[in-house]
Amino acid sequence: MKLKHLFAGLALPLAGLAFAAPASAFCGFYVAKADTDLFNDASKVVLARDGERTVITMASDFRGDVSEFAMVVPVVDIPQREQINVANPALVDHLDAYTAPRLVEYYDEDPCEAERRYEQMREMADMAAPPMAGAMEEADDFGVTIEAEYEVGEYDILILSAEESDGLITWLNRNGYRIPDGAEEIVSAYLKRGMKFFVAKVSLERHDGSAMLRPIQVAYEDEDFMLPIRLGTVNAEGKQELFVFALTREGRVETSNYRTVKLPSDMDVPIYVKDEFADFYKAMFSHQVEKESGKAVFMEYAWDMAWCDPCAAEPLSQSELRELGVMWLEEVSDSPTPRGGFGPAPVDVFVTRLHLRYDAKTFPEDLTFEITGDRENYQGRYVLRHPWRGDYTSCKAAGDYANTLVKRWDEEAISLARLTGWDVNKIRGKMAEGGFSASALKGVEIETPSPQKSWWERLWGNG
Amino acid sequence: MDALARLPVALFRRIDADPRHWQIIALFGLFFFSYTTSSFGADPRALAFSFSGAVLAQTIGTAILSLRAGKALLDGFEWKSAMITTIGVTVLLRAADPWIWFAATFTGISMKFLIRVNHKHVFNPGCIGIVSMMLLLGRDAWVSPGQWGQMPLIAGYALALAALTLSSAKRLDIALGFLGTFAAILFARAAWLGDPMAIPLHQLSSGSLLIFAFFMITDPRSTPDSRLGRLLFAVSVASLAAWFIIGPNQRGAPLMALAALAVLTPLIDRLMPARRFEWPRGAPPADPGLRQPAITPVWMNPWGTKETRSHET
Repeated sequence: MKLKHLFAGLALPLAGLAFAAPASAFCGFYVAKADTDLFNDASKVVLARDGERTVITMASDFRGDVSEFAMVVPVVDIPQREQINVANPALVDHLDAYTAPRLVEYYDEDPCEAERRYEQMREMADMAAPPMAGAMEEADDFGVTIEAEYEVGEYDILILSAEESDGLITWLNRNGYRIPDGAEEIVSAYLKRGMKFFVAKVSLERHDGSAMLRPIQVAYEDEDFMLPIRLGTVNAEGKQELFVFALTREGRVETSNYRTVKLPSDMDVPIYVKDEFADFYKAMFSHQVEKESGKAVFMEYAWDMAWCDPCAAEPLSQSELRELGVMWLEEVSDSPTPRGGFGPAPVDVFVTRLHLRYDAKTFPEDLTFEITGDRENYQGRYVLRHPWRGDYTSCKAAGDYANTLVKRWDEEAISLARLTGWDVNKIRGKMAEGGFSASALKGVEIETPSPQKSWWERLWGNG
Repeated sequence: MDALARLPVALFRRIDADPRHWQIIALFGLFFFSYTTSSFGADPRALAFSFSGAVLAQTIGTAILSLRAGKALLDGFEWKSAMITTIGVTVLLRAADPWIWFAATFTGISMKFLIRVNHKHVFNPGCIGIVSMMLLLGRDAWVSPGQWGQMPLIAGYALALAALTLSSAKRLDIALGFLGTFAAILFARAAWLGDPMAIPLHQLSSGSLLIFAFFMITDPRSTPDSRLGRLLFAVSVASLAAWFIIGPNQRGAPLMALAALAVLTPLIDRLMPARRFEWPRGAPPADPGLRQPAITPVWMNPWGTKETRSHET
């Protein structure tokens, strides 16, 4: 089997994944002024962390009337104007694409050719080839204090503190932030912990009219490495989808108060998955969430950001990483490393992509993170193996190869069924339609494996 | 036939002769659980490294003590204690490089021999081994408290086996004292914040918390000798651990709290002296006829003290 070409698979745009998650999301929530159907399919948060220094980048797939956009996030401190920034949405998209689960394609070669070459190789003794790899009412009346007021990009941002949650919520509701019912207790808990509220709306004067809202970034210092998600659970309309991209110097990031699980990876799946990769990924993710009773955070990617193999997208440049908040890079960029040879410039950044589907029941607490020293690379990777098509009777090796194909296809069907929870017989049917079944292999006598028979039937031959 | 029927009884008695046998079995069970169920669980390679470090330190320590006392070189070599430290460290500590496990158990057991007050070691070897690595190496050594999940299964499992362990090592008071205080603080805080009770319940159902409570803070050799002293100690560790979690989100909160407060033990022992606990030595009673088979009364009385052979303090 030879690696003919690496297909940098599906830089999967998350916007394309219509997870059935209704309006509102985030560590805060998106609220609508009017009861319109706003869809926030998934929130994406980039966290760059070094010591206590943290930069959070919050992006969403907000689509709709920008006048109806609002964001409410609890923060530990009152940020200065300079600590707030808006980022180019392409940055988050690039990071998303770079870390997305990927498909890899391999093409089988002519088995007769392989046989001949093997013979040649034997004759030529050990010629081993290297292995191929891969604004506003009086706030005071409500006990609300506007600690700061900023205009950043298209956003009007307020930092609020309050004595009582009721006052804050009433004030927010009167000022166009529609806070869902049931938020009082959570808002109150954050206030008692001394937290402030970062609220943002789009300024219609400064907004350039584009449909896409830019991600908001905040740089802060806190000993606690956490992400408030509880406000996102207020909306009872189903589960929220969240992606966390953690950028650190040291290594992999895991949740310290929830289980982190590796998404199953490196499986051979039927070729037709290529045409429905988005469906496959959604079904697989849902199935895996179910298997963990909805209580796990899934790790989809963990990699040294200097490279990738295979690349779903090019690694991010140093300037892109800096824009995403990787503050430690500026400290080293002044000292250019003498380099020779190939490959991208080494960067001291390790990315972890975490994906979770949560509600108040399965994730009662905010997420807290632990940075580990684990630098082992991991990726969600699914393999497509194209069979060689030709005359399977041309040589003995071809006949043998045909037999291995049937077995392989059956294994692919079973592994797809296990990953996604899809019906294995439907998978087999679809594979047969595409010519991936024993009947498609003309001219060879296939020793039909009988996977339908149970082991006891095979044992006694009475099936 | 009769002999065959007595085999399980004999086996039970043999295991029950030393509470550490139960601890080793339970810890191995946890190791296996972690290895098979977690993406980032305990691994056998770590076990080998931890074991080497523990045995080396225990051998050196024992040899030095024996030489001083003029006894045979490895007289009183405590393989069971070394084994408990080994598995405890393997199950709880995660590391970027395998040598870190070696260093952790080596440090932990060395400190058991080096830092003693009144012939009693101050630190729990497993705990101090892990804590030193976390403090010295930063992110390269860490504990993964979330990785045990929030499964009632493991909670029950640890509880059952641990109860068995502790009933004979008579340290259920400290485990319950710790868990009780810790739970009380978390529930009180949730009540004050107006949080749903699901939050403290979630925090308490962490597998690693149970492992800590039943296998680490309960070490009879590094905790106060008197019951009141032990309860005081448990309450202090629980309070500090809870503060670490609520306040600065300190990594490895309970372990850090235990290590930080270990110095209280000699103080408490001085203020509240009591009979010192000793691990049983040697083989179980030779004549099985002399002992009632199976469950001994000690079993029924977990609060009782089973000083097998008291050494004068």
